[in-house]
Amino acid sequence: MGTEENQELNARKAWELEYQKASLRDSNFETMSGVPVEPVYGDDLFPGQYPYTRGIYPSMYRSRLWTMRMFAGFGTAEDTNLRFKELLRNGGTGLSTAFDMPTLMGRDSDSEWSLGEVGRAGVAVDTLADMEDLFADIDLSQVSTSMTINGPAATLLAMYVAVAEQTGVEPHQLAGTIQNDILKEYQAQKEYIYPPRPSMRIVTDMVKYTTAEMPKWHPISISGYHIREAGSTAAQELAFTLANGFSYVEAAIAAGQNVNEFGKRLSFFFNSHSDFFEEIGKFRAARRIWARWMKERYGATDEKAMLCRFHTQTAGVSLTAQQPEINIARVGIQALAAALGGTQSLHTDSFDEALALPTEDAARIALRTQQIVAHETGVVNVADPLGGSPYVEWMTDEMERQAEAIFAHLDDLGNGSILEGTFNGIENGYFVGEIADAAYRFEREVNSGRRIIVGVNEFTDGDNPEDRNLLRIGAETEEYQLKRLNDVKTKRNQEHVNSALSEITAVASDPTRNLMPAIIAAVKTYATEEEIANAMEVVFGTYVEKAIV
Amino acid sequence: MGDHQQRVILAKLGLDGHDRGIKVVARILRDAGMEVIYLGLRQTTASIVAAAEEEDADAIGLSMHNAGHLTLGPKMAEAITAAGLDIPLIIGGIVPDEDVEELMNTGIAAVLGPGASAEEVVATVQDAISARDKA
Repeated sequence: MGTEENQELNARKAWELEYQKASLRDSNFETMSGVPVEPVYGDDLFPGQYPYTRGIYPSMYRSRLWTMRMFAGFGTAEDTNLRFKELLRNGGTGLSTAFDMPTLMGRDSDSEWSLGEVGRAGVAVDTLADMEDLFADIDLSQVSTSMTINGPAATLLAMYVAVAEQTGVEPHQLAGTIQNDILKEYQAQKEYIYPPRPSMRIVTDMVKYTTAEMPKWHPISISGYHIREAGSTAAQELAFTLANGFSYVEAAIAAGQNVNEFGKRLSFFFNSHSDFFEEIGKFRAARRIWARWMKERYGATDEKAMLCRFHTQTAGVSLTAQQPEINIARVGIQALAAALGGTQSLHTDSFDEALALPTEDAARIALRTQQIVAHETGVVNVADPLGGSPYVEWMTDEMERQAEAIFAHLDDLGNGSILEGTFNGIENGYFVGEIADAAYRFEREVNSGRRIIVGVNEFTDGDNPEDRNLLRIGAETEEYQLKRLNDVKTKRNQEHVNSALSEITAVASDPTRNLMPAIIAAVKTYATEEEIANAMEVVFGTYVEKAIV
Repeated sequence: MGDHQQRVILAKLGLDGHDRGIKVVARILRDAGMEVIYLGLRQTTASIVAAAEEEDADAIGLSMHNAGHLTLGPKMAEAITAAGLDIPLIIGGIVPDEDVEELMNTGIAAVLGPGASAEEVVATVQDAISARDKA
């Protein structure tokens, strides 16, 4: 027997040992016709084995299905609380919070910038009182919560910790994720407050705090989703996202953190678009690249710190306003790609999202769509079922090759530091330029008819705009929220607020101190999100993007 | 007006940061021979009016994706009128069909929804400008 065969045999044996340790779901793991299937097929690399191209766990979905995490939030905190409870009753297994634009930008509902935006695209949170309403009657030690917020992430995390504390739940019991991926804000989503460098200090403080106090919490969800939505290609999404990940790793190492400790707590968030095999190749390449870089470049030795765990959301940008009901098919295909790509959690978009925020019915259909993928298609029985296909393996290699070329450019731009390369790429317009070029190329293809979008530039019959039932958020949300904020401001102890805010400014001025304890103390005084943002802004300044087309 | 190169101000009003669409529209209008001045994110009605005056713009285009169009659209139209400018305001982005009429009644010249082709974008802007010139 040759050495190569020996290695293959050893890889299989090692995998079998790990697989046998895993607890499995109660299922027959056979086809609809009763044919039993193996947990994985192939000979050389197995799931759960470095570099994890085939999945991060030996038994993948045989042990646990992906978390069906539906992003929700609109109107007041009370409205969203009802939607959360509805999702939990319907079999959703994690909460995911969408905040409104003012909250995402660190502005209060009564700011002049907030006019027309309060509670529209997500829930409005001004003070701890709103957070109390948002999670009322939900046992925070039993759910995992994802909060999609970046610029003011530290404040929202502080509020979550404070709400939990009120109900006797300690920080170490809290499970969840806060997006807190500030780098992609400058590249794609544009929800920043401070310039990149002080923003990175806040992120690093949060990594330190959660590593010490909240072992079940993921302090950064490194997000390619928005980069893709802004118009990038699949390979750019992959490369920019992982490069941002490398940047956070370099910043944390520079701050004295142990790569094996915080590396375990990083997670990713990718887009699942419509080009089926390109997406699957992208997911597989992401795991392989991350593992290699964490091990070889950043010196991780704990395998758990090399794992690219990711959440996936189907591509909002692929949804059409024309014949919106056909978006259900697009979402189904994208959800299937995410499952075949080995995602750890999934949000499926509602078919009406190109028109408005989803109605409850549309959100239910979206959840049902991924339940069909999970429970009816059988793809969960076998890990990485497409692994070994020459096309899928080639696509995985191609995604990796394109991503490595981008890493080389950033490394060069930063003189051997991806973090500095990323800062420089933000400053010189590299990221926004690349994304805008890709978006324009795509639009030209659609416009010329060389790329067909069903219902938009072909097959356009059957659109019935008059039949649409859209979610409308009235002005009463804004009125309610303004009154609520005013009430809180009247009742709180202003002296306590002022001294807590001064303390934040003092800590912000001293880079050796961690901002988190001061922010937690401030939210407990019912200081508003904007007051806390301003207390840091006096030290950190603000960021204004150069307008480049 | 004749050979005058049409000059269009594009901007994102308020907090909404979705700028994919407006950047594509900027390039489409440029390719069609117009001069485009993109002001970027987080503009106010005052900063947009000031730019329109300074640049002697023929039209203003706003992109809206956060359901704020019924509040911010009319507010922008009012600011344009209050400044004594007689130029069309065009809104693009996520605007439900049933809101279009209301917007048109509050002084917005045209609304471009998702999926509008490059030709529609150019024609809409040109028609809005020439309707104003004839009026």
